[in-house]
Amino acid sequence: MSALLEIDHLTKRFGGLCAISNCDVKVEAGHTHGIIGPNGAGKTTLFNLITGIYKPTEGHIRFRGESISGLRPGRIALKGVGRTFQNIRLLKSQTVLENVRIAFDSQLHYSPLEAMLRVNRFGRDETKSVAACLELLDPFGLADHAHDLAGDLPYGSQRKLEIARALALKPDLLLLDEPAAGMNTGETSDLTTFLRWVKEHYRVTLVLIEHHMHLVMNLCDRITVLDFGKTIADGTPDEIRANPRVIEAYLGGEGDE
Amino acid sequence: MSRFLDSVARCRWALPALVSAGFAFVVACEFFPILNDYSKVVLITVGINIILCASLNLVNGYMGEFSVGHAGFMALGAYASALMTIKWLPASFFELPMGVLFGGVVAALIGFPLALLSFKTRGDYLAIITLAFLMIVKSAIENISYLGGPRGMTPPVLTTLPWTFFWVVVTLWVIRNLVYSKFGRAITAIREDEIAANAMGVRVREAKILAFVTSSFFGGVAGALYAQVNFFIDPKSFDIVKSTEILVMVYLGGIASLGGSIIGAVIFTILLQVLQPLGTWRMVILPLILVLLMLFRPRGIMGMRELPWFVPARELFKRLRP
Repeated sequence: MSALLEIDHLTKRFGGLCAISNCDVKVEAGHTHGIIGPNGAGKTTLFNLITGIYKPTEGHIRFRGESISGLRPGRIALKGVGRTFQNIRLLKSQTVLENVRIAFDSQLHYSPLEAMLRVNRFGRDETKSVAACLELLDPFGLADHAHDLAGDLPYGSQRKLEIARALALKPDLLLLDEPAAGMNTGETSDLTTFLRWVKEHYRVTLVLIEHHMHLVMNLCDRITVLDFGKTIADGTPDEIRANPRVIEAYLGGEGDE
Repeated sequence: MSRFLDSVARCRWALPALVSAGFAFVVACEFFPILNDYSKVVLITVGINIILCASLNLVNGYMGEFSVGHAGFMALGAYASALMTIKWLPASFFELPMGVLFGGVVAALIGFPLALLSFKTRGDYLAIITLAFLMIVKSAIENISYLGGPRGMTPPVLTTLPWTFFWVVVTLWVIRNLVYSKFGRAITAIREDEIAANAMGVRVREAKILAFVTSSFFGGVAGALYAQVNFFIDPKSFDIVKSTEILVMVYLGGIASLGGSIIGAVIFTILLQVLQPLGTWRMVILPLILVLLMLFRPRGIMGMRELPWFVPARELFKRLRP
């Protein structure tokens, strides 16, 4: 079986700084793949490269066997790569429903002229979109808040809304950038269950950046460890736990700590 | 009182009724001596300003860019339609509608490259580019003798109150429809957060092109109507001062609001007339009003809010924003 996402000798330099250097990651379809590593290891840069916000300096990114490196971010999203952001990027002055609808709009096919004159497919598509988005919000517990402003939601709900919004794209691959950031242990374990459900229900492949080891070890089928932009380990949770290089990267080598 | 206003605002048949009544009134004005010529010209100017204001709001309000080149599109529409009515078309009932449509199309065609520029740059830089565009249009017209050069042209007076009213309704209807569609949501998403919009699969380029081209089309329409009111157009009528006037109306009425565009255009035009006796002093008072507005109500009278009349029934569950 070929991998859903293949990252091949990827390098990204910002001037003299090498944020990602010669990095390889392979994500199998249907897996949950964890990306871990100390702060500044290049995890978010990797996400930004996959989603096209940055262009790779060298190397290739293939999604479903097709090269996506260098495509515009909007195009990559439409190919089926959804993502959330570490520092939540909701449209805060728009309602919850509107946030989801904007992502769902990629599935509406009416033309500008049909929209300007409100004819033909327009009405049908719009009605369908509202119904589908409300339905999507329901399992996230957000349907009752559909008409609240996204910025007014509590922090945890904003994170959930971001996931719901990414799912409205009907992605095959969902990139989650620290979904458990700022959550306590109880909330994190709820999130673990929730993400498992999301994966089953929407049949998406998950890639997540996370610092909560408990969540990563519980949820992921495979883990890639980055340090200073390099892949230092790749394997199952058990392999990673036992890997001396990982322990060194996290705890500092030579018994410093 | 406020509950009464609220129920009026939510009344779905009020707007169609008002539009029909308005249309009946402006047609009646054509046949019966209800209004004198001066009042008619003021009303036509109000109409033209509403078109200008609503169309610029699409780019500056809904999309959050800062274009100062709207007078340039007006000039393109004005001159294109003047060519039609003076030189190319025989006098007939269709002379004005054809001229106006042609003016809009020419402006839209030129608006397209400006949209391409907006891919690369935003904010202040785009403002400078649109300013350059405005200066290019103005000096190009000044140097083309076929267009009369700096002496201008004298198109026939064809713009009537009913035609203006018709185009105001068309403009507001089309822009309203666009705003409450996936394209409008895309444009708003670009304003709020372009990176997030991209991640949500918004076709940023298509949305920007659509907004710019639509905006310039109606800018051209307004210019075409303007050209056939005043007996006379010259390049100086479409300089940065004209653009500034439109900007003032947009920010006075409120960004991202069609109701606001109407209010802004009406207040501004009427104020300009009322302050006429003050002569040059009104050019001191008007900017002062703008300064006070920016200090005390930076989003304008209706900023980011919409009159429920303009919101399609399907979207009405949307809370009125604070």
